[in-house]
Amino acid sequence: MAFMTLENIAVCYDKKKQILKGLNLEVEKGELVSLLGPSGCGKTTTLRVVAGFIDPQEGTFRLDGDDLTKVPVHKRNFGLVFQSYALFPHLSVYDNVAFGLKMRKMGKDEIDRKVKDILEVCGLTDLADRFPQQMSGGQRQRVALARALVIEPKLLLLDEPLSNLDAKLRVNMRVEIKRIQKKLGITTLFVTHDQEECFSISDKVAVMNQGVIEQYDSPENIYRHPKTEFVARFIGFENFLDLKKSGDVYQTADGKVFAVETPHEEAALTGTIRPEDIEIDREGRTANVLEGTVGVRTFLGKSYQYEVSTSAGKFMVNMRAEDQFQEGDPIRLYLPANKLILVSR
Amino acid sequence: MGKNKLLTAVAVLVFAFLIIPLCIITVTAFGGGSAITFPIDSFSLKWFANVFSLESFRNSFLTSLEIGLLATVIALLVGIPAAYALARSGMKGKGILKSVFLSPTIVPGIVIGFVLYQFLVLTLRIPVFAGLLAGHFMVTLPYVIRVVGSSLDQFDFSIEEAAWSLGCPKMKAFFRVVLPNITSGISAAFMLAFINSFNNIPVSMFLSGPGVSTFPATLMNYIEYNYNPTVSAVSVVLMAATMLIMVIVDKTLGIASLAK
Repeated sequence: MAFMTLENIAVCYDKKKQILKGLNLEVEKGELVSLLGPSGCGKTTTLRVVAGFIDPQEGTFRLDGDDLTKVPVHKRNFGLVFQSYALFPHLSVYDNVAFGLKMRKMGKDEIDRKVKDILEVCGLTDLADRFPQQMSGGQRQRVALARALVIEPKLLLLDEPLSNLDAKLRVNMRVEIKRIQKKLGITTLFVTHDQEECFSISDKVAVMNQGVIEQYDSPENIYRHPKTEFVARFIGFENFLDLKKSGDVYQTADGKVFAVETPHEEAALTGTIRPEDIEIDREGRTANVLEGTVGVRTFLGKSYQYEVSTSAGKFMVNMRAEDQFQEGDPIRLYLPANKLILVSR
Repeated sequence: MGKNKLLTAVAVLVFAFLIIPLCIITVTAFGGGSAITFPIDSFSLKWFANVFSLESFRNSFLTSLEIGLLATVIALLVGIPAAYALARSGMKGKGILKSVFLSPTIVPGIVIGFVLYQFLVLTLRIPVFAGLLAGHFMVTLPYVIRVVGSSLDQFDFSIEEAAWSLGCPKMKAFFRVVLPNITSGISAAFMLAFINSFNNIPVSMFLSGPGVSTFPATLMNYIEYNYNPTVSAVSVVLMAATMLIMVIVDKTLGIASLAK
């Protein structure tokens, strides 16, 4: 059995609004697993169930074989990092970090040694006497992490820990988190709505939608092979066309033929492709081609993005700066078989 | 520029309106005649001596202090947990409960005084001091819940959750993490509640009894029968005491901490 398991977790507020609908998740020891999804998908609720802030109406939460569903928060021994950092404003960095150890009634010398060790690991040694309001966001974030880690928790739970930082710091911090997490080998749950952040840091990603996990896999597999239309949309696929199976190939309603590399067992499904994977057909191919008209153009830096109207709807296409098109130009889009992904509707 | 001058003029007028009566009272307290007159015809400190020699003033002043402090402390003990519960729980009818707690500030004091008189004194026949204390507790509680409540509204409860996650049981977390971060709200609540208790007349008038009366109630009684500069002298003493307290508060906590 996996190290951490959530079985059939159901949570609802006010009896009407169901937040989690029979959620299942397994996490192996030492893994960093992200819960990814739009706001309101239940990812933070899932984390709060694990932390013990929310009592699920149904389901079981196990860690290392023990049922912890009814164990109160303060007896779980999990490290938590909040979006707002939630440092104790009336305590210095040192005392913030020492708080959890004092609760465990450790000796003064032992506390001192452990606090100093973790401050060192998190690069905070020089800031030990500061108070939270005297520090920058990135520093506070590191204190929050140190405070959560010093108690040697069985699980580390991170609730959007990077969303209050500016873009550059965010990238540095996520590398930092990954480094510390691997160094200490601590099993970690990470909640985020940012797919780039999530893919860069995670061993596994659980994409959530409306209270259930839609896909649970490695970042690479999710990026390349989303299973459902929702997952595809969430991770940057912008073009969708309805397809029907006919023999070895797939057809649109008006009979255009598409070949794909990875077939799908369902008969009616959706083909999807990223804007940057669409090419221009200049060789007069017959399969995997859509004819359309160029619409609005936007500049993305490395490339231009065109909105192309086709018989299968509007398509977003990214093209290098050299390939210039004008509004109204006819265009033939080539959807390579290895980039066209089939997902469930 | 013209607008600025107008603003200054209005400000000066308003300030004068507030401050001139206080100045006049202060001057009349030093008059030598037996009636309050302005300007004064002779200078004397005898009315101040009179303030401190009147036994009813001394006793009622101590009663007021005692009632004010006790009522405020009880209101804090009841009000802080109540404010915490209101801020923390997501229960239904929270809004209604909040208005119920705050209603004594909206209902006229005379009504509260009369109701308490009817209930505590006539029906239950409880001792005068206990009755006064109960009345003042009722008057001060809303201020505590209001002020501590707004302090708690600013408090990030994930701080409390962080404490739980670090192995701190809920009760302990309240004392170790929540209370230390709402101290400015608590001291503001203390000041407001105490001042309101000390100044209260309607409730005190109804609940005062033989031998036990609060300072404002005694003063009102005194004015009815003796309209002499003693009253001015008392006012001056009270103003001086208030100023002294404000200076001490400002030097130690900072006035701004009360406004938070």
